[in-house]
Amino acid sequence: MLGRIFPHPLLSLTLTLVWLGLVNKLTPGNLVLGLVMGIVVPVMTAPYWPNRPRIRRPLRVVEYMLVVVWDILVANVQVAMIILFKRNENIHSKWISVPLDLTSAEAITVLAGTITMTPGTVSSMLSADGGSILVHALHTDDPDGVRDQIKARYERRLKEIFQ
Amino acid sequence: MDILAELVIALFLVVSGIFGLVGSFGMIKLRETMQRLHAPTKATTLGVGGVLIASMLYFVVVKGSFSFHELLITLFLFLTAPITANFIAKTFLQAHARESDLPSTERSHGWALFDDAPSEKPDA
Repeated sequence: MLGRIFPHPLLSLTLTLVWLGLVNKLTPGNLVLGLVMGIVVPVMTAPYWPNRPRIRRPLRVVEYMLVVVWDILVANVQVAMIILFKRNENIHSKWISVPLDLTSAEAITVLAGTITMTPGTVSSMLSADGGSILVHALHTDDPDGVRDQIKARYERRLKEIFQ
Repeated sequence: MDILAELVIALFLVVSGIFGLVGSFGMIKLRETMQRLHAPTKATTLGVGGVLIASMLYFVVVKGSFSFHELLITLFLFLTAPITANFIAKTFLQAHARESDLPSTERSHGWALFDDAPSEKPDA
């Protein structure tokens, strides 16, 4: 019964919170309206996510977000230094191929987004079978190191969350 | 208004302004399209992030009310920015890259731009 009203509890919660954030005022009326959205929208959109992945360890999601936010801060400063103080001839941009152990489309999407948001690397393309991701690094003399860092720092955590 | 709060808010604004400026400067300075793509992904993270933190502090300390809009802007930016960058990168590759320019996929299939997907879904 509860499963039929809330087929996707996380989506319901997110929608309600986003609605409350949009109206920016916490009143009982807005809460009810948000809850209505949280109930109606997942029921209506259920056909679009037939095989949605389960998030196994919610606490790992928090850990992952903190790691990514910290990396964004550090990498921002690094890239700013490269732009300001390196001559163009000395910037060694490289394409890097990162083979993936992740299989779920959602996990790969999160990984690709993470790679782009941490400046210094931009994810550009997947291989046709979804088994590797093409990454462009702004400046690196150690492409293998960048690849290993992506795998160890992000992919390992995502594997724990999604698989 | 508390002078300390004013200082902290101003600090965040100045830092984000500097990062926005550096990001824009990168657009002029860097020579290759793929390199220039790195500049705007930076301006959105620290540049915009600093302004949003400053705005939240302003509403909490000065107006005495909590504002959720900054959190939503952060959320939507983090959702949309990588996708935009990915589109630009792929369009650039489509127009200018040859398969020989790119590293091997180290898989049985080539990159999606040059090779067809296997008939079954990869995540099935």
